[in-house]
Amino acid sequence: MPVEVESKRPVIDELGREVDELVVNIGPSHPSTHGVCRIIAHLDGEIVVKAEPVIGYLHRGIEKMAENRTYLQVVPLTDRLDYVGSMYANWAYCRAVERLADIRVPERAEYIRVIVCELQRIASHMMGVGASGADTGAATVFIYAFEVRERIVELFEELCGARLTYNYVRPGGVSADLPDGWIERCREVVRWAPDRLLELDRLFFGNYIAAERMKGIGVLSQSDAIAWGASGPTARASGVTFDIRKNDPYSVYPRIDFRVPVGENGDCFDRGRVKVLEAIESCRIVDQALEQIQPGPVAAEGLPRLLRPRAGDAYDHIESARGSLGVYLVSDGSPRPFRMHVRSPAFCNLQLLGLLARGHTVSDLVVILGSLDPVFGEVDR
Amino acid sequence: MALVDSLTSALERIPGGGIILTSMDALADWSRGQSLWAMPMGTACCAMELIAASFSKFDFDRLGTFPRPDPRHTDVMIIAGTITKKMQPAVRRLYDQMAEPKYVIAMGNCAVSGGIFYYDTYSVVRGADAFMPVDVYISGCPPRPEALQDGVLQLRELIRTRSLTDAPTYERDLTQPGLDAARAGSTDAETLIGDVPERPASGAGESL
Amino acid sequence: MTARSGESSLEYLQRKLCSVYPDLCPLFSIEFADGVLMVPRSVLHKAAEDLKEIGFERFGFVTAVDHGDDFELVYRLQSGTFGVGLFLKTEVPRCEAVMESLTDLWPAAGWQEREVYDMFGIEFRDHPDLRRILLPEDWVGYPLRKDYKDDSVIPRPDYI
Repeated sequence: MPVEVESKRPVIDELGREVDELVVNIGPSHPSTHGVCRIIAHLDGEIVVKAEPVIGYLHRGIEKMAENRTYLQVVPLTDRLDYVGSMYANWAYCRAVERLADIRVPERAEYIRVIVCELQRIASHMMGVGASGADTGAATVFIYAFEVRERIVELFEELCGARLTYNYVRPGGVSADLPDGWIERCREVVRWAPDRLLELDRLFFGNYIAAERMKGIGVLSQSDAIAWGASGPTARASGVTFDIRKNDPYSVYPRIDFRVPVGENGDCFDRGRVKVLEAIESCRIVDQALEQIQPGPVAAEGLPRLLRPRAGDAYDHIESARGSLGVYLVSDGSPRPFRMHVRSPAFCNLQLLGLLARGHTVSDLVVILGSLDPVFGEVDR
Repeated sequence: MALVDSLTSALERIPGGGIILTSMDALADWSRGQSLWAMPMGTACCAMELIAASFSKFDFDRLGTFPRPDPRHTDVMIIAGTITKKMQPAVRRLYDQMAEPKYVIAMGNCAVSGGIFYYDTYSVVRGADAFMPVDVYISGCPPRPEALQDGVLQLRELIRTRSLTDAPTYERDLTQPGLDAARAGSTDAETLIGDVPERPASGAGESL
Repeated sequence: MTARSGESSLEYLQRKLCSVYPDLCPLFSIEFADGVLMVPRSVLHKAAEDLKEIGFERFGFVTAVDHGDDFELVYRLQSGTFGVGLFLKTEVPRCEAVMESLTDLWPAAGWQEREVYDMFGIEFRDHPDLRRILLPEDWVGYPLRKDYKDDSVIPRPDYI
């Protein structure tokens, strides 16, 4: 439970002397900061009075680089944004381009996109949950989670030759059709995965130690979640039923039957648990999409090699593993984007750290950061 | 160290002791390569493959490589990912904190040369060797975990063949101008590297 | 007021805006299936406040586009009530790049406005903590401005 703190009161040590607040610098290279994040923590004993994340250690200027590349050449850059879930950034960018250039995507391509993105959600959440496990001292969870992730990464590798940076979703469709027998292998994985995920759920979230460590830690209220722009599992763990797949349906999601898991308490435990439940739900989505997919073309026909969309701006967003991932594109009619902006969910969610960590101990600070599941490629862009 | 020194001087006195000494050098060089504890300097995408390499499917531990996120406990720093201008002083500082002998693996195109972020960007350092010595380069964006493990094997070979007796070292020397510059927060690569001190002619007693 | 049958949520939004704020109505347009409200700089804060009142409870993002003489500030608001997003745009002259902060309405705007300040040098008045966020504190210049010059940048050879 968080302790009430007042940042201005004098800090008194055990001998009754007045001491200064202790300022501890954590990062930028720290095993539990999930990337290159630096936190300046003001401590009163072990209690965090104020935690201020300092970001930008992975700011690579992707938005500026995009201005000097053609629309197709930007796709590989979007891979490097959210490197735990590259397919999402690919897709969000391609949707914005398609909206700008008025491209109709064939149905089979839409199904393939849904399949790969839901697989990506499982893989990405496994990374998040596994890292949360490692933060709370349960390294076994990471190894269990990685087993599922590796199976999915293998599927992706077969699909596009890369394990991490896929460059698979392209404006107008996808880069290549599914290889022979891929659907069967994929089906096998998504029918095998739920049992493993339930086992993981029981192993980690059913564990008394993990529950003690995470329940009541970093509670985010529903109103705060909305006001601070939280999205994805972070917001849904607080009871916000906002999921773009349901609220602003895109692609073929309306034809698929799925539920959106929502938490109650908004603490670290719920944020982690929602991810596992979402991954199980994703298995169902992939299974249905594999049933519904029909043969056909996988890329829009008659697309010029050099896209020149009309002048104007367009925005599209999708539900990534971390929340609402949007790409805002401005075109001036030339073959290069005039401006690209990425609305990054991890950036908005990480902003909550200072709010959530207040009153908790330093060891909980790390757990809270892990539960927000930031990916710094996307935070810093 | 004192034991090694006295042992070598004792060995040198006995007849044929030089041969034993040479073999001991080889033994020391071989054994140093067998258990390279790695400092994972995961900054970007490659860190995911670094994690994947240490887990059950690829199992880094079987090569004796164990990720230990503490510069003082480790022998090799694996730079996995893009280094930005903001991150550069931190990477250099962690390298300086590592104990000799230390090695660096640049994993992935970004750490090798800047990779996809070579052109047009204003905030990326083009390769780790711009401000620190690198022993092994692994290309790929990102490299597969097997490639990383191969890199470790290459480094092991390098350690075995390039004996510590004549290998260049980058000792922490407080009078070195580069370190003062690093402490002052300078980001100029030229001043950060400093001069690599010349090793005196080989002599087992001095190096071990 | 409820949506009529066959009316899209954007048209419903337009009708509602017209009835509640008649002076905002001519500024509203629909582009690429998105509602766009282009307002003068002086009334943006008020417009954002009103939009929050009628159901745009989420702050999506804020960014800027460099059009030479002036910057276009683009705000994205998301509504659960209407099920749509809305762009709120305004122009800020380059010589006087100052804007009122929206952090009092949505704390979510805090970091995003810092990012716009970092990348474009647009100042946000009444922002609680306006510092550079992504770049080091001592960085010179605003990289996403079109006239940004940096000697360390290697321009990409032109292939096309």
